[in-house]
Amino acid sequence: MRNPLAQKVVEIKPSGIRKFFDIVSEMEDAISLGVGEPDFDTPWNVRDEGIYALEKGKTFYTSNSGLKELKEEISLYLNRRFHLQYQYQEEVFITVGGSEAIDLALRAMLEPGDEVLIPQPSYVAYEPCTVLAGGTPVFINLQEKNQFRLTKQELLDKVTDKTKILILPFPNNPTGAIMTRQDLEAIAEVVREKDLYVISDEIYAELSYGEEDHVSIASLPGMKERTILINGFSKAYAMTGWRLGYACGPKLIIEQMLKIHQYAIMCAPTNSQYAAVEALKNCDSDVERMREVYNGRRRYLMHRFKEMGLDCFEPFGAFYVFPSIKKFGMTSEEFANRLLQEQKVAVVPGTAFGECGEGFVRISYAYSLENLKTALERVEQFLLHIKPTE
Amino acid sequence: MMREKILTFIEKNSRIDTKELAIILGVDEITVVNELAAMEKEHIICGYHTMIDWDKTTIEKVTALIEVRVTPQRGQGFDAIAERIYNYSEVTSVYLISGSYDLMVILEGKTLKECSQFVSDKLSTLDTVLSTATYFILKKYKDHGTVMVEKSKDERMKITP
Repeated sequence: MRNPLAQKVVEIKPSGIRKFFDIVSEMEDAISLGVGEPDFDTPWNVRDEGIYALEKGKTFYTSNSGLKELKEEISLYLNRRFHLQYQYQEEVFITVGGSEAIDLALRAMLEPGDEVLIPQPSYVAYEPCTVLAGGTPVFINLQEKNQFRLTKQELLDKVTDKTKILILPFPNNPTGAIMTRQDLEAIAEVVREKDLYVISDEIYAELSYGEEDHVSIASLPGMKERTILINGFSKAYAMTGWRLGYACGPKLIIEQMLKIHQYAIMCAPTNSQYAAVEALKNCDSDVERMREVYNGRRRYLMHRFKEMGLDCFEPFGAFYVFPSIKKFGMTSEEFANRLLQEQKVAVVPGTAFGECGEGFVRISYAYSLENLKTALERVEQFLLHIKPTE
Repeated sequence: MMREKILTFIEKNSRIDTKELAIILGVDEITVVNELAAMEKEHIICGYHTMIDWDKTTIEKVTALIEVRVTPQRGQGFDAIAERIYNYSEVTSVYLISGSYDLMVILEGKTLKECSQFVSDKLSTLDTVLSTATYFILKKYKDHGTVMVEKSKDERMKITP
C-alpha cells in the first residue's frame, strides 16, 4: 500500500501536554492546576439564549461570516472596550473559536518560505499552524527579566527579508505577561518600518489586571491595516465549549480568510452565535466580576509563592502564573512529574510552550480559592522536600 | 471603593480571615481590619450569619411567607405597624412592598400549626391589619444567592493547553 500520510503532517510533533494529560487523567485524587479554561459557568442569561435559540428552531446555517447582529455587537464591543473601529460588514467575521482564526490568518497570508515570528513561551498552536500553512516559524525567546514582554530589540534581532508576520500573543498563555501601550508602541514602530503584518491573539484581553486597560496594537496609528485581531468568547465569558471566536482586520485579508472559512467550515455554530449576542449585550458586569475574582486569586498565589520561596515575576494577565523552578536543579518536566507523583498536584511544564519555557512551570488559577489553597499546601510540602540546590 | 470590595467578598464568605482578605484585595491587613470595624460601627455590616440547610438536620423548621395588607397610620406610615410585627422573635424578615399588598413577612416556626397560630392569633388581630395571605415554603432551591442543592463536579479536562 502507498503511504497514506502527508509528510508535513507526520513531522508535526504531538502537543507536549498530551503525555502529561494521560498520566494525570489516570490519577483519581490528583489536584490539577493545569487547565486552560475558566472555572466559572457560562452566565445563565447566555445559556438561556442558547436554549431559547434551539427552541425557536434556530438550527440552520448562518451566513458564512456569521450573524449580522453578532458582528454588529462585536464591532460595538471592540469600540466600547478597546477604542477600535471595525466595519462589521467587511472587517469582522465569526470563527469556530480563536483557534480557527489563527489558522485562517496564517493560511490566507503566507507564501511558502515566508517567516513567521513567534514569541515563546506561547500557546501551542502557532508553530504547527504556521508549518501547515507553508510558512517557516522563527522563534523569539522571551525573557523573564523583561517580564516575558516582547522588546523592540528582540524583534529587530529576528526580522529578516523573509519575515512577513509577527504573532503577538498578549495577554499571554502561559506566562500571564501583558504588553502596555508603551511596549506596543515600540513594537508597532518596527512593524511599520519593516513592513510586517501582525496576528494579535487577544483572547485574554478582558483578563488584564494592570493599571491601564488592555491595549490592542490595532488601535495604534497605522496599525489597523497591518493587524489581524483575534478574540473570542471562551475566556472572557467562560464559553470554551461553545467554540466561538472572531477575526477582525482589513477587508483585503478578511475576504481571503473568509473564503477558506466558507469552504472548510461553512459557518460557526448557530446557537452559539445567538448566545454570544446576549453575552456582548448584557454581560459586561459578569466579565468584571470574574476579572475581580481572578485578580484576587492571582494576588493570593503571588503571596504564597513568596512565602514558600518560589520565584515568580508578577504577571498581570490571563489566569496563569509562570514561576521559575531553576533553583531546584531539575528540568521543568522532572519537576512537574515529581510534583505529580509525590504530592499529586498537576502543573504544566514550561517546555510544553516552547523550549525557552525550560526552567518554568505553568500554574493556572482558574480554580476556586479553596482548591488553590489545598494545592499550594502540597506544593509547599514538595518544595520543602526538594530544597534548592545552590 | 475598598469598602465595596470588602463587602462584595465577605457577603459570600464572611469567614475568611482578615490577613487572607488583605492579600486577595492587595491592601494592608490593617486597612481591612479598620474598614471592617468602621462598617460594623456604622451598621453597614449588620451581622455575620451562616447559611444552613435545615432540611438536612434533625431540627424541623417551617417557613411561611405572609402578605399583609395594613392601614398606614397618620404620622407614622407603615413604620409603627412594621415594628409591632418584627419584634416577634419568630418573624425573620419584614419588608415594605410595592404592589397589591403592603408588608411581606417571613416567619419561621417549628410546625405548620405554630405558623398558622401566629397568623391567626397575633398577626390578624392587630388593629391596623386588614388582611393576610399565608404561603408555606415547600423547598428552598436557592437562598441568599446560594444554591442549596449539591454543587456540580469540575467537569473540565484536567490538563488543557
